[in-house]
Amino acid sequence: MSKPPERTAGPRYTLDRITAVPAIVGDASDFLIIGGLAGAAKDMAALTNDGPNYYGLAGAMGAAVMMGLGLALARPDKKVLVATGDGELLMNVGALATVSLLNPPNLRILCIDNGHYGETGYQKSHTCLGVDLEQMAIGAGIKATCSVEKEADLAKGAKMLREANGTCFVLLRVKPTDGPKVKRLMDPAASRVRFRLGTLGQP
Amino acid sequence: MAATMTEDEHAREISSGWQNELYDALRRHDVTQFSYVPDAGHRICIDRSIADKDVHSVALTTEEEGVALACGAHLGGKRSVLLMQSSGLGNCVNFLSMVQGGRFPFLTILSMRGDFGEGNPWQISMGQATRPLLQTMGFIVLEVTKPAEVVPTVDAAANMVWKSGQAVAILLTQKLIGAKAF
Repeated sequence: MSKPPERTAGPRYTLDRITAVPAIVGDASDFLIIGGLAGAAKDMAALTNDGPNYYGLAGAMGAAVMMGLGLALARPDKKVLVATGDGELLMNVGALATVSLLNPPNLRILCIDNGHYGETGYQKSHTCLGVDLEQMAIGAGIKATCSVEKEADLAKGAKMLREANGTCFVLLRVKPTDGPKVKRLMDPAASRVRFRLGTLGQP
Repeated sequence: MAATMTEDEHAREISSGWQNELYDALRRHDVTQFSYVPDAGHRICIDRSIADKDVHSVALTTEEEGVALACGAHLGGKRSVLLMQSSGLGNCVNFLSMVQGGRFPFLTILSMRGDFGEGNPWQISMGQATRPLLQTMGFIVLEVTKPAEVVPTVDAAANMVWKSGQAVAILLTQKLIGAKAF
């Protein structure tokens, strides 16, 4: 019996998120982090040890970028990282336009694009069928953008996430494989209290 | 021949007094993020937020963005308000699950269409569904029908939101703002 072909999003999607995401984010304690759904939320839970500087979504699909904008405007003293996936971002891609008008210097958007809806069974998403989210971010008016799809590009993406002096958008293309196995707090109210206690010192 | 007005002309007919009081009350309660999709009923509040150097005025592409913005603001210790037309509520519903499930304090102010004297049949459905929809999603709904009620209602809502941690919607009814002529 021959094995079924390996799932792929195409030749540009070769990085493994298990190693590429930690490499591009670096020390996660340098950021306040909002995690989009599923894969990206698990990546961030693993990276932060599901810690108090992290608020991860498991619903309200499409909310991550705008939640990050509200947080970034409220906390100009901190770098805010939104880590989301291609499916989550596509659901409210207009948020990129809203963000670019405000252009907070402390907001970083990392889209971990695997070209698939991993959580629902790896159906193909628009991005592996030709939609380019970096081009949409450019069209929305975000000045600092880059795409990372090779090992050698990781340093460029990591530098932009740390050093951009306006809102930046980094598209990280990865293979459509599972992220880290991690348990994370799923209660949105408990997560809210944890985040505020940990980052503001009040519930 | 019946007089017709543009949306903007209609808004200018509305007394600007209570709208300025509304903005001042929100600022007194330390709201520093104003989000909105352009709307004639909220015109003065929106314009004042744009002119106010001490607040962030956030023009949205769709109303649901303002729900997520407010939750993010709360995580950062700031207060946000979403200004929208009743029709915009329909664009928000799934995001309201974050407000309810996360028990985020949340304030939205809706300029009503389709509730009293509406002349545009497209507005009736969402206008009539606004209150039951909000209540289904766990909101406390406060209604304003007279200019004198505006500030006391904002004061009441602010306490319920930022002291008691509730989600509150203030409805600026068409009895207050008038029905646009068609």
